[in-house]
Amino acid sequence: MTARIALMTAAALLIGSPTLAKSGPTDAEIAHIAYTAGNIDIAAARLALAKSRNATVREFAQTMVRDHEAVNDKALALVKKLKVTPQSNATSAALMKQAKETKKRLSSLKGAAFDRAYAKNEVAYHGTVNGALKTTLIPSANNGELKSLLETGLTLFGEHQKHAEHLAAELKS
Amino acid sequence: MRGWVALGPAAALLVAASAQAAPRTHVVIMEKMKFMSVPASVRRGDTILWENRDMFRHTATAKNGAFNVDLAPGAKGKTVVRNAGEVAFLCKYHPGMRGVLKVVQ
Repeated sequence: MTARIALMTAAALLIGSPTLAKSGPTDAEIAHIAYTAGNIDIAAARLALAKSRNATVREFAQTMVRDHEAVNDKALALVKKLKVTPQSNATSAALMKQAKETKKRLSSLKGAAFDRAYAKNEVAYHGTVNGALKTTLIPSANNGELKSLLETGLTLFGEHQKHAEHLAAELKS
Repeated sequence: MRGWVALGPAAALLVAASAQAAPRTHVVIMEKMKFMSVPASVRRGDTILWENRDMFRHTATAKNGAFNVDLAPGAKGKTVVRNAGEVAFLCKYHPGMRGVLKVVQ
């Protein structure tokens, strides 16, 4: 329950932060949020690879690492090219705080209970980031290349979300 | 001149035969987490050239095991269609990416 509240808080911050509502986040902040969001999912996948023995869960986690590293590599190359320094902000801080709590919770679980909790969290997490990309990050991005990379990210997160939903459903039965 | 005349019908036959049987190559593009430009129908012996234009690794994996191409970002790979029938395929890393090849004789 605490985890759910924390996630909702992070989601609320992502979607409707009062400090960002006036003019939206800057490109430097957006880059930091997007990069942080990708890193959090990579870290969760690494935890799954360390803990899970379920082949389907492991394959999913490997895909998460591979895909999010690919986007983050492009993001790093882009900010370098644009000479933008990603700037930490309330949204990325909230995401990291939430991720820390999720990691603590998942770390305490084992076996099938871990697998189910990981899959469930992946569904929720991708949903949250998708929402943020659609309602805040993409509309606020000024630079065309950053916007395009975020759109690619949205396509990817959408696919991952469906993939996670299938995984979660499979683990339930 | 007589030689040309004699060659004429033979050449015409050859051309006709190869036009009927010549295998074709169809390009299927993997882009934005989708298989684009999947041909409406292909013939046995045709080649599919899979082209991954995404920044992510993709596969084209036939559900019946007929082919499995694993492509790094930007890579291309070929498969030859051997049997008639419908072949459902997907990307094993992104199972939402799927398509069907209709293979005619």
